[in-house]
Amino acid sequence: MHELTIAQSLLEAISAEATKQNAKPVWAKISCGAFDAVNDESLCFAFEAVAKGTPCEDLKLEIEHKPMQGQCKNCSQTFIIDPASIKCPKCGSEDFELLSDASLLLEQIEFQTEQ
Amino acid sequence: MKVNIGKKILTTNEEYAAKNRQILSEKKKFCLNMISSPGSGKTTILSRTITELKGKIKIGVIEGDIQTDIDTQRIMATGAPAVQLNTDGACHLSALQVNAALKKLPLDGLDLIFIENVGNLVCPSAFELGENAKIVVLSVAEGDDKPAKYPAIFAKSKVLLINKIDLLKTAGQVDFDIERAKTDARRLNRNIEIFPVSARTGEGFADWCNWLIKAVKNQKH
Repeated sequence: MHELTIAQSLLEAISAEATKQNAKPVWAKISCGAFDAVNDESLCFAFEAVAKGTPCEDLKLEIEHKPMQGQCKNCSQTFIIDPASIKCPKCGSEDFELLSDASLLLEQIEFQTEQ
Repeated sequence: MKVNIGKKILTTNEEYAAKNRQILSEKKKFCLNMISSPGSGKTTILSRTITELKGKIKIGVIEGDIQTDIDTQRIMATGAPAVQLNTDGACHLSALQVNAALKKLPLDGLDLIFIENVGNLVCPSAFELGENAKIVVLSVAEGDDKPAKYPAIFAKSKVLLINKIDLLKTAGQVDFDIERAKTDARRLNRNIEIFPVSARTGEGFADWCNWLIKAVKNQKH
């Protein structure tokens, strides 16, 4: 449900860039981390709702999920965390530090090129 | 034409979280963001914590709910100041709302501020409010599989309160393997402090309250 808040912020961010470029945005890519708890379907649905009647209407949203990462306290190896079995792939230690999560980012926007 | 942007999306929330962090650190107040499913006993835990720490720590509460001020009334009945935030349907508190609530609390007379987030084990973990730490509450009736099923909030919290342990006293009332819940939470978060408590009977509150006293003391130094 918090996807609605994210969609509103996202619409503001894309609209600001569109004004700068003076072009219609047709596609945008965002990335998020595990703690953002983003559900793709909910976010696309929410974005469609808030973008209605704006230049961002019909914009296609691509969402990349970045996995949780940890750093091994024994050998400093960084690795992707699989909550089911967390183990350093290099040395097998289970002692790790959670690396700060990727934050919600607006990565790229594609604008319509004028014919 | 594709343009690389690389900008954060929840910037307004982050700006206000930073403002809240600054207000709290300037005044040396310790602030905890309490997150759980609805009905885990957050308000009952807070009421008992306030009562047990009377004369030791002065506590203020920011109450987040979709509707009503039922929880604020319960907190104020203990004598502690409380401010109600209603989200009108939203599933989480935002840093902007907390900023407004901080201005309404008599901060100078307080040591510790609890933010009781909207009951939800998923969404609130995505919104920093400016707190010093998050604490997650899991009641035994919800099941011991929650740390495995909702890893984000357990990985991010400093404290796990396992509430309603009085229900485990009578065999057959609730099937909850407390060791499984602890192991799963520690697998994600090795340093998480775990306090099994009963807000109804007061069991386990001595250790939890001692942890709070220490945390508040550290904040002042």
